[in-house]
Amino acid sequence: MSTLIETIDLKQHYPIRQGLLGRPSATVRAVDGINLRIQRGEVLGLVGESGSGKSTFGRTLMMMEQPTSGSVLYNGVELAGRSHTALHPYRRRMQMVFQDPFSSLNPRMTVEDSLTMPLRFHQPALSARQRRDEAAETLERVGLPRSMISRYPHEFSGGQRQRIGIARALMVKPEFIVADEPVSALDVSVQAQVLNLFSSIRETLGLTILFVTHDLAVVGHIADRVAVMYLGQVMEIAPTRALFTSPRHPYTETLLSAAPQPAVGARRQRIAMKGEPPSPLAPPSGCVFRTRCAHAQAECAVARPVLRPRGPGHLSACIRDDLSLVPGVAEARPDQARKRMS
Amino acid sequence: MTDPVLSVRDLRIRFRSGGRETQVVHGVDFDIRGGETLALVGESGSGKSVTSFALMRLLPEAPRCTIEGSVSMGGVNLLELSERRMAQVRGPRIAMIFQEPLTSLNPVHRVGDQIAEAIRFHRKMSKADIRARVIELLTLVGIPDPARRMHAYPGEMSGGMRQRVVIAMALALEPDLLIADEPTTALDVTVQAQILELLRQIQRATNMAMLFITHDFGVVAEIAERVMVMYAGRIVEQGSLADVLSNPRMPYTRGLLASVPRFEDAGLKTGPLGTIEGFVPSPDNLPAGCSFHPRCPHARPGICDGALPELAAHGAGAHLVRCARSDEPAFGAEPAEVS
Repeated sequence: MSTLIETIDLKQHYPIRQGLLGRPSATVRAVDGINLRIQRGEVLGLVGESGSGKSTFGRTLMMMEQPTSGSVLYNGVELAGRSHTALHPYRRRMQMVFQDPFSSLNPRMTVEDSLTMPLRFHQPALSARQRRDEAAETLERVGLPRSMISRYPHEFSGGQRQRIGIARALMVKPEFIVADEPVSALDVSVQAQVLNLFSSIRETLGLTILFVTHDLAVVGHIADRVAVMYLGQVMEIAPTRALFTSPRHPYTETLLSAAPQPAVGARRQRIAMKGEPPSPLAPPSGCVFRTRCAHAQAECAVARPVLRPRGPGHLSACIRDDLSLVPGVAEARPDQARKRMS
Repeated sequence: MTDPVLSVRDLRIRFRSGGRETQVVHGVDFDIRGGETLALVGESGSGKSVTSFALMRLLPEAPRCTIEGSVSMGGVNLLELSERRMAQVRGPRIAMIFQEPLTSLNPVHRVGDQIAEAIRFHRKMSKADIRARVIELLTLVGIPDPARRMHAYPGEMSGGMRQRVVIAMALALEPDLLIADEPTTALDVTVQAQILELLRQIQRATNMAMLFITHDFGVVAEIAERVMVMYAGRIVEQGSLADVLSNPRMPYTRGLLASVPRFEDAGLKTGPLGTIEGFVPSPDNLPAGCSFHPRCPHARPGICDGALPELAAHGAGAHLVRCARSDEPAFGAEPAEVS
């Protein structure tokens, strides 16, 4: 596998100003030094709670905003610092799907208008007829009938609107998609349909996807690898099964233990977090999770832990090797798991 | 067994708009006992939130909305009370918490004052006693340093802390029944786990009954003893947590459960999730017979599209299922269709 996107020490800091023109009095470190590689063809899940910086990371990867510092390499080419025009060829290769299909579609535009808009920009040579055919084909690809092409967003259900949002992203035939909480606003049965759609387009189109979500069960289903973010930093990254069966970071352990599971007797040992969330304006020194960590020691305050290898493809930013953390799922019994689906 | 705290019988709700009347709840029956948590599960448009609003009498007045049936607490039908008497029921008898704590909190008043206001409305107490009660409540819901935090404004608190304040306000008058409408849906999972634990603790200490409305079967498994599943304005399955989650008999419940990604399958690439074909029917245009039959993989012509199936007992216990085929011996042995 080759790397499609790599970030090197990527930072996105936002100054907080007092008053309209005041001097910056503090800085929110929304993304604070992220080194991550996304392999061509993989679905990388990015999980974290609100304020972890996961959405900002996705937006920065898409160059929707210039990073404060650090690199975003796309196929080895630096995107950070490029002008709007110089980014143009890359915008077509990277597309975004948003959480709320209600607000990301223009209510006054028909589906055809919404879908063909990116083509007018990226492929001006196409005729109106060709654009319309492309749009109709893409609608079918996302499971909607061609005949719906002249309808308006309000005529669709939430799940259908999310399909349109996905269709719009696919119109320019991107290689890479950032999906930011794309199923969080949907009912469970509709969520399943949209997740299945993501799986199928990923297979048929060979897409690379960064799937940003707060939902561990969703990420467990869709992702090949998972990165866990907390306060702007990656705490742990691992192949999905390994993250769930042998977490190596106490924050991952906490998240896994907090996720409710729809099974009788699933109430499990819960790893409580201490205290309250730290202010993002004044993150703790050393390990940012240490103020809430059940396993913190004095040394945790000294230096920011680096991501260290803890297994095949498994990295954790915890200095302690002596912890035996509670897994979210017992070790694999694939025969049983498969039986359920047959 | 003790008498139920709340008995709902044949609850029917209709809305009228533009000369057209639409029935959204079609005869719902249930009881909740003290200390018990009953989960009401359904997708958008199932009628679960409308049902809970009707119990609190928070729906618009007639003629815009007509509520029939009975909602009994202590022998009194709440649907027949005057608005003034109903105001005395909200708070001391039934309290409600919502998904978004900011809908229940006034952003320009300090949180302590808002809790004090709820107490003052119903109880004659001295200022000092009210203050002590506010601090006691904030302590109960796990807010650190309550004597200081009671002076904070809602905007100065995190989402989880705000939901704790809302819970403190709901508990201020020690209600017999707490209606919780998706109270953790907007919260992070770690905060959700804390709030669910808090609700369980409070319930153990006070024997309060709880009606917990959610779309999330994971949350149901965490909090409820009994479960009702609602579809198109009707209860379609009802039973103990084990009945509904481990042995669902209504194809809709099965479909919902199959569509949730399984934690234990994480990373195993188990293939597509189960889905339910089609759409929730419009309340104006419900299909004949079982409302779910056009979407049901087990539907049979002549059986499912004729008469509306009753919510009938399955087996010996209190497991109720609204499905004409649920007692057929082969039913359920058929492979669930995964599409």
